Amino acid sequence: MLLKPNPSLGVPIYLQLMEQVKHAIETGAVRPGEQLPGIRPLAEELVINPNTVAKAYRELEHEGVIELRHGAGAFVSLNARGRKMTDNLRAAQSIVAGAVTRLRARSVTEEEIRRLFEAELAGLTRAGERND
Amino acid sequence: MTEPPIVETTELRKSYGALEALRGLNLRVPAGSIYGFLGRNGAGKTTTLKILLGMVRPTGGNARVFGLDADAPETSVAIRRRTGFVSEDKDLFDTMTVEEIVRFTAAFYPRWRSDLEQRYLRKFELPAEKKVKDLSRGMRTKVALLLALSRGADLLILDEPTSGLDPAIVEEVLQAIVAHVASEEMTVFFSSHQIAEVDQIADRVTIIDGGRGVVEGAIEDLRENYRRIHLVFDGEAPKTAFRAPGIVRTRRKGRTLSVLLSAGTERVIEEARALNPVSVDVIPVTLKEIFLETVTKED
Repeated sequence: MLLKPNPSLGVPIYLQLMEQVKHAIETGAVRPGEQLPGIRPLAEELVINPNTVAKAYRELEHEGVIELRHGAGAFVSLNARGRKMTDNLRAAQSIVAGAVTRLRARSVTEEEIRRLFEAELAGLTRAGERND
Repeated sequence: MTEPPIVETTELRKSYGALEALRGLNLRVPAGSIYGFLGRNGAGKTTTLKILLGMVRPTGGNARVFGLDADAPETSVAIRRRTGFVSEDKDLFDTMTVEEIVRFTAAFYPRWRSDLEQRYLRKFELPAEKKVKDLSRGMRTKVALLLALSRGADLLILDEPTSGLDPAIVEEVLQAIVAHVASEEMTVFFSSHQIAEVDQIADRVTIIDGGRGVVEGAIEDLRENYRRIHLVFDGEAPKTAFRAPGIVRTRRKGRTLSVLLSAGTERVIEEARALNPVSVDVIPVTLKEIFLETVTKED
């Protein structure tokens, strides 16, 4: 279900894992109430630090995405937003797709598009505006 | 982290004649961590490990393992009893078979774990009847690792555990370490010059260079806090010194200014904006870049 995180992305591995679990729930790969792999087998399978897996699970629990039942393991919360989220995401994806298509049409490169998105998310665009 | 550290060095120094191998190294390895000790060849890694194991005496400062003095003969024995060690050359008795060396080693350790021995014999698919001298480098490493993992140690010290191994075996070795830490209460302190493997399995790292620690921290924190800010200007980039803390390095080239920082992205961006750049990019930084920016280059 989960893929090996990429350490050289510069994104913390526990965040990559959290994203993957959320994505798996959103796509329906795992459903509410279902069990997630234990910390040890998952660390072994992905060959990453068990403390990192534990941290990802703790954060996911904190966000209400999963429940950690003592001794029993990790389970997807019954109220985790599964399918509904999927629809929302699908809608969002088509917005992004539209924007990317238009940018490509203006021959903005993939790398530039990625940076523009990153800058927008980081709230950096004000710096650009001031110089316009 | 109120628990006392498993390994702790304070201003550790070691000179070989005029050569200063360690020049005030401070380490704190918390219990239960997989701790990466990253540095170039000759940075002082092996000297440090040997001091921890009582094989080399420091010239200054001190080293403690399990809270015990590593430099006193009585406590050093107590440390070694609780520590598994795999040396870089995987010294083993060449004339013994795999089975013989396992039996031979087990006899020395009252806490020997036959269950782990059996697990790793199967997992590593080691040929019991084969003589150690006829083993491939990968197999030899696995035997050394089996011997270190099965002795019921609280601390595992590995000196360049994967050097000279092919990628498939590297992954197997890393997997064994990760699985072991997940199922046993143990701390791993391993030296390496392979950034990728430290990045993959360690939760904390010290980068050592010229006998001193240059970067220390939880790897996830380094990933979260280190950033490169890339500024482009209309004309020549200004000669400016940022006042914000956390600046590691600033490079000017033509119209661009590139700043590597270890923390405080917001403050640097604030300062940068005052310089009226045409564009500001914030780029995540990998452990590899941190390493290359902080260690000294070849003369």
